[in-house]
Amino acid sequence: MPTYHAKVIVTLKPSILDPQGRTVERALSHLDHANVSGVRVGKYIELTLTGERADVERQLAELVEQVLSNPVMENARWELEEAQ
Amino acid sequence: MKTAVIQFPGSNCDADALHAARLTLDPDAQFVWHTEAGLPQGTDLVFLPGGFSYGDHLRSGAIAARSPIMAAVKEHAERGGYVLGVCNGFQVLTEAGLLPGALSRNRDLHFRCAPVHLRVENAHTAFTAAYQPGQIIEIPIAHGEGNYYADPETVARLETEGRVVFRYLDNPNGSLNDIAGIVNERGNVLGMMPHPERAVEELLGSVDGRGLFASLKGAWPA
Repeated sequence: MPTYHAKVIVTLKPSILDPQGRTVERALSHLDHANVSGVRVGKYIELTLTGERADVERQLAELVEQVLSNPVMENARWELEEAQ
Repeated sequence: MKTAVIQFPGSNCDADALHAARLTLDPDAQFVWHTEAGLPQGTDLVFLPGGFSYGDHLRSGAIAARSPIMAAVKEHAERGGYVLGVCNGFQVLTEAGLLPGALSRNRDLHFRCAPVHLRVENAHTAFTAAYQPGQIIEIPIAHGEGNYYADPETVARLETEGRVVFRYLDNPNGSLNDIAGIVNERGNVLGMMPHPERAVEELLGSVDGRGLFASLKGAWPA
């Protein structure tokens, strides 16, 4: 069975207030990086999966949608690479 | 009214919930550990207490919503059984899909712990019938992630269907439309961020939470 490494990135939807991102942005501005904007703080999740690629992709899409992110307020994207 | 208080790892208002339930509803109210496969025979009310289940890892309530007992809680709700989720319990209910929307970080990032004033927006539910319509009550809050969000269609639906049951007078967390508590379509599942179980004795500074439990008791055939 091949093994795959998945990287999942979860961010708040643009319409959702991201107070954490805004706080970081303000801090950066206080540190004289006033040209920095659009700071959003999200989550990065790594997983290892074994199985055939098509099955693993289907499983991962399901996990991302149903557990790893909350589609009400978050967007999620993922990448899958075969382990060397 | 046979009451089960569900305990998740990290629940910390479970004892308050049990105390309030025993005082107002059921002297034999009991705890149920989250790994149980089923609810005690004849359970009428499931109480999901506040706290920080699983340390709020991933998202508040996300892991708890997928723990073994929740399948039985969903079945109970589908049968029309009462479910009350307070604070983290509300987060668990939204994560479990038993209530719409989501709770995100408070607008100002502060953990807010204070008595707040709520307006009873719908006094025709099993959870609020003992209150007067529009009654202002004082109930404490204690949360860092109580900012209610749902897409505009969902919020419009909640409003037109009278499912916004409690509304903040002075919104402490940024919730859309000042929403503090909502019910499901059928009216048997209530989620709210404020803690009615902490307002059931004079010693606690308010007894305004008693109305909620009195309502449930009244809704239950004697």
